[in-house]
Amino acid sequence: MRNYLAIVKKEMHTLFVSPIAYVVLAVFFAVSGYFFYIITSSIIQRVMEMGFRSQQFGSAPPPIDVPAVILGNYFSVISTILLFLVPMITMGVFAEEKKRGTIELLFTSPLTNLQLILGKFTGMMLFLLIMLLPTILKSFLLYLYSEPKPPLGPIYTGFLGALLLGGALLTIGLFISSLTENQIVAATLCFGVFIILWVVDAVAGAGTTVGNEALRYLSIMNHYEDFTKGVLDSRHVVFYVSMIFLGLFLTSVSLNSAKWRA
Amino acid sequence: MIQVEHLTKRYGLLTAIKDVTFEVNKGEILGFLGPNGAGKTTTMRILSGFFPATEGKASVAGFDVFEEPLEAKRRVGYMPENPPLYTEMSVDAYLKFVATIKGIERGATTARLEGVKERLGLQGHGERLIKHLSKGYRQRVGLAQSLIHDPEVLILDEPTIGLDPRQINEFRELIRSLRGERTLILSTHILPEVSMTCDRVIIINGGQIVAIDTPQNLTSQMGRGERIKLEVAGSVEGLPSLLHEIPQVQNVLISEATNGHHPVTVEADGQAEIRHLVSQKVIQAGLELYQLRTEAVSLEDVFLKLTTEEATEEAVEEVAKGSEGEAE
Repeated sequence: MRNYLAIVKKEMHTLFVSPIAYVVLAVFFAVSGYFFYIITSSIIQRVMEMGFRSQQFGSAPPPIDVPAVILGNYFSVISTILLFLVPMITMGVFAEEKKRGTIELLFTSPLTNLQLILGKFTGMMLFLLIMLLPTILKSFLLYLYSEPKPPLGPIYTGFLGALLLGGALLTIGLFISSLTENQIVAATLCFGVFIILWVVDAVAGAGTTVGNEALRYLSIMNHYEDFTKGVLDSRHVVFYVSMIFLGLFLTSVSLNSAKWRA
Repeated sequence: MIQVEHLTKRYGLLTAIKDVTFEVNKGEILGFLGPNGAGKTTTMRILSGFFPATEGKASVAGFDVFEEPLEAKRRVGYMPENPPLYTEMSVDAYLKFVATIKGIERGATTARLEGVKERLGLQGHGERLIKHLSKGYRQRVGLAQSLIHDPEVLILDEPTIGLDPRQINEFRELIRSLRGERTLILSTHILPEVSMTCDRVIIINGGQIVAIDTPQNLTSQMGRGERIKLEVAGSVEGLPSLLHEIPQVQNVLISEATNGHHPVTVEADGQAEIRHLVSQKVIQAGLELYQLRTEAVSLEDVFLKLTTEEATEEAVEEVAKGSEGEAE
């Protein structure tokens, strides 16, 4: 346990002394903040226009759940930004240790693979949490200024969804970083894999064959949609949790095989 | 304390070490000598648990490094050729991190940290970031890292590389101060280091052990031959034949004169004292004698002899194989 915590602490330290962490945080805050503004203002404008129009025609305005629409859109944007920023967080996790030779210290210390990998994963999850905190603050702002009060559900599920999606992406990045000692190679491969997991949905199209169904199931974004709508479906949770376990398992296999090949 | 049996490591098709067997006793300092790429680092990495061997067994302090890696690693301090430093950390933060993952109790960490820093002259540097330290100090932090958990066995891969002569001296002092309390393996290609600090030497070449012995035995075995260095002036044409009249003399080498003085090397079998006979012959040849001294065979000669002989043998084999191939 102490070993695990030491790795977590070290990982956080490594992230926060490098400029990468601050650039990632700054970009994420700026881009997500900008989109929050755009989405909110455009939706409010649309609702007002619809209100005017219905007044002109003397009919009741169509019912729109404004906070839900804003949150839904906002959390989808968050997921897209994550696709681009997660490779930046994970690219160095193992690649840098290999390049600098510090992996020799870790491998010759009485540490288990599990402590090492879980420690690194936890460190990055904490970073992700820090990254997503303003998101939840913004959502609560929306809640405060809404009349009548919207349900809190979508805020929680959206946040949980972003964490689960982020976690799955992080473990994929972790695994890829363990394959190489070059950060750029790790980041590029990671982008490639994310893009494939992203567009696989479109490739599957609307077909109903088993192949199409399978492809649709693999689409990492497909499982995220329900979270943004405030629906907590155990199938999606299971999907992301299994992705996380698969990623961690593959990382462990990769580290072991690196030892044998090295 | 350390047992290595029939260790073989292959990287794909390349065999890095082949059937390496040796033993190190408690409290001994063993020098690992070999040219670059001989398999020193590979052997040390297996012993430190960095990677497993392809074949064979290795155990440290009674624990098999492959079967019980955690127990073995707790008892080994390892300093790789490039000290594994997190350069953006401060010395203290780094050593505390290492102390934790090496399994030191929380309460004992500070005491160990201070002890190691004092021993390595790192007091007052605890707050500094490792990236701001000079090469010599980084090396010390690397060594501190390997000592922090008070290991029974210490494995140092080329510990003096990149240090200046004064630092190298300090370092040797340090190694000597560890004598007796710890079992130590250090690899190097700096030969005086071995003769000065090590109890025993392993010479490894092409992945195989070519000699294991004390530095004294190695040099005296090889040193049966003797070399006499002369400096003479005059016409040296007749000198070789005169010198060869001495039965022990095997070879005479006369170099070009510098400032009218010829350096001469006489190789003898070393069975008997012949210096007085050599000086007589020089006078007899009508030459002026300016210097006469014997040169002891150094570990360097042993090393060169063992590692190049091997290479020559291999070359001969290669040639033999080649000609066989042609015959077919």
